[in-house]
Amino acid sequence: MSGFSFNRFLAVLHKETLEMRRDKATIGLTVMLPLIQLFLFGYALNANPRHLPTGVLTGEESRYSRDLEAALRNTGYFDLRRFASEAEADTALARGDVLFVLNIPAGFTRDVDNGRKPAILMDADATDPTAIAQASAAVNALNATVLQRDLPVPLQNQTGGAPFQIIVHSRYNPEAITAINVVPGLIGVIVSFSTLVITALTMTREREAGTMENLLSMPVRPLEVMFGKILPYVGLGYVQVFLILAVSVAVFGVPVHGSIPLLLAVLGLFIACNLALGFTFSTIARTQMQAQQLAQFALLPSMMLSGFIYPFAGMPLWARAIGEVLPLTHIIRIARGILLKGNGFAEIAGDVWPMAVFAVAATGVAVWSYRETLD
Amino acid sequence: MTRYAIDVHGLAKRFGDRQVVSGLDLRVPEGEICGFLGGNGSGKTTTIRMLCGLLTPDAGGGTCLGLDVIKQSAEIRLQVGYMTQRFSFYGELTVKENLDFVARLYQLPNRGKVVADMLERMGLADRAEQFARNLSGGWKQRMALAACVLHRPKLLLLDEPTAGVDAKARREFWDLINDMAAEGMTVLVSTHYMDEAERCKRIVYLSGGRLIVQGTAEDVVRDAALVVFDLTGEGIDKVSKRLRGAPGIESATIFGRALRVVGLDRDAMRASLATIATEPGIVTEEVPARLDDVFIHLLQEPTA
Repeated sequence: MSGFSFNRFLAVLHKETLEMRRDKATIGLTVMLPLIQLFLFGYALNANPRHLPTGVLTGEESRYSRDLEAALRNTGYFDLRRFASEAEADTALARGDVLFVLNIPAGFTRDVDNGRKPAILMDADATDPTAIAQASAAVNALNATVLQRDLPVPLQNQTGGAPFQIIVHSRYNPEAITAINVVPGLIGVIVSFSTLVITALTMTREREAGTMENLLSMPVRPLEVMFGKILPYVGLGYVQVFLILAVSVAVFGVPVHGSIPLLLAVLGLFIACNLALGFTFSTIARTQMQAQQLAQFALLPSMMLSGFIYPFAGMPLWARAIGEVLPLTHIIRIARGILLKGNGFAEIAGDVWPMAVFAVAATGVAVWSYRETLD
Repeated sequence: MTRYAIDVHGLAKRFGDRQVVSGLDLRVPEGEICGFLGGNGSGKTTTIRMLCGLLTPDAGGGTCLGLDVIKQSAEIRLQVGYMTQRFSFYGELTVKENLDFVARLYQLPNRGKVVADMLERMGLADRAEQFARNLSGGWKQRMALAACVLHRPKLLLLDEPTAGVDAKARREFWDLINDMAAEGMTVLVSTHYMDEAERCKRIVYLSGGRLIVQGTAEDVVRDAALVVFDLTGEGIDKVSKRLRGAPGIESATIFGRALRVVGLDRDAMRASLATIATEPGIVTEEVPARLDDVFIHLLQEPTA
């Protein structure tokens, strides 16, 4: 019984597929969960709200102030209303009646005309950073052009930026998360969620059901068991990938600039990483509960350190080093690169090999930790 | 010269600080049905698992089917059928699919026919398409047995195969085991049932991870040298309580209309009976010891 037997592998594969197919609850979950997560995260994280209530305090009535207000309105992000006093505006901001308060100082026109580049303070309700990020970006974009029409001639041709600056005050550093940026990342997150957890449970399920003892007493090798048990879930992982891609494109309007076959191929490697890791967990864990906890233990840092939630570049070096090990980090970059930038293999190769290394290492550990006895 | 299907010596296994099996010598000649007896936790399951390579012994060694139990456990697995105490097949698979899975793992040639024949032989043909989880206890055991003998093992290790199964199913199960032994298969079967023990050619009794007694049922009964009295008549229920703990009397248990009094020292027992069982209607008679008397006696041994 030495060596790898393709037939025994097929036997395990067939048996596992039958079990999986008859496990209606799991099938339902693997189809429904990604959809629910996609819509939930997709909409929740991608909210690009417009018409945000905005208060305006103005120290002067002038062409410039009217120009500025009109420009803000035109972005579509701001619905303006005037406040008579600073106290009134503060209360409204505190209550959440307005999300922004624009403060045009007295002497604004004079300072602009004198080329002093006056600052306009824009207070932002930082409790909803996503909303602020979008609107703030819009504010920054309009600096240069707003007053163009009304500026005195010598200032019109001036280079070197806008004749004034708007400073957005918010406690959080606004992230440039866009709908289109999040959904490709979600592909990796959702696939790793389901594949990791499910495989983490497969071996422990055999152990808890007592079938492990029987399996061990029969002539079947660790690799045969491992591949046979994992492969059906690779199929399930791909079903999820197709679902997510379809919904991403159809509902969230994610563009497809690159090659889908390339993305699918690389996702295969990513799925393999997760399955091997999940399998390792399931050989270590004694119960399904433990396996689940181990899986969650791996998933949480993946979410946090992969650049999915927080920008990768903003993390300290040690955290980035951990992130570079995680397959999720690389698949998120790859998915964004292929879908949004139209990257080919040459561009993504730098993210493919770390996943390949991870997959091989995790498979090695999984096979090594598979015990052929009950000791 | 007798050939032994199982020939191990000094087997020992410890889990944590619990010595589950120690210094176990066991020899089972080829083609015999050997009953493996002992109380719960006496080390039966652990011994069986060591024999088929599922557990590595801490000490000791020997051979199973002429193969080294430590170095050649992989080869042993190919020729041994092991039926676990707990049903350990896939509930979401049908009976036939389960057998087919096993046949594929053993890479049996002509798989379809082998499985079909086995289903027929075990009377499982009508239930071939049923999900294993829906089988009743008796049928589950039968399916498990079918799966264990599919690859025609030379040695069959059955760990309490009939626990929780009704009397008729047990009898049918044993008929199947007898048939297989008749075909030359060696069977080691653990059980708590006396009638099953009596059907075994040889009995091995384990206690505290040690082998206490082995031999034929007759040998075991004779070697125990138990003295048994049956008391019948009015008042035995009152007498039984008074007899317990009396000199020479190890147990006094009522079976239906008779009070069975067991001990080792005939004279002491007679003396106790004469002073305690004085009710006029009681008839005392010495009877031969049975196997169950011996096992209850062994279970009570404080040294065991």
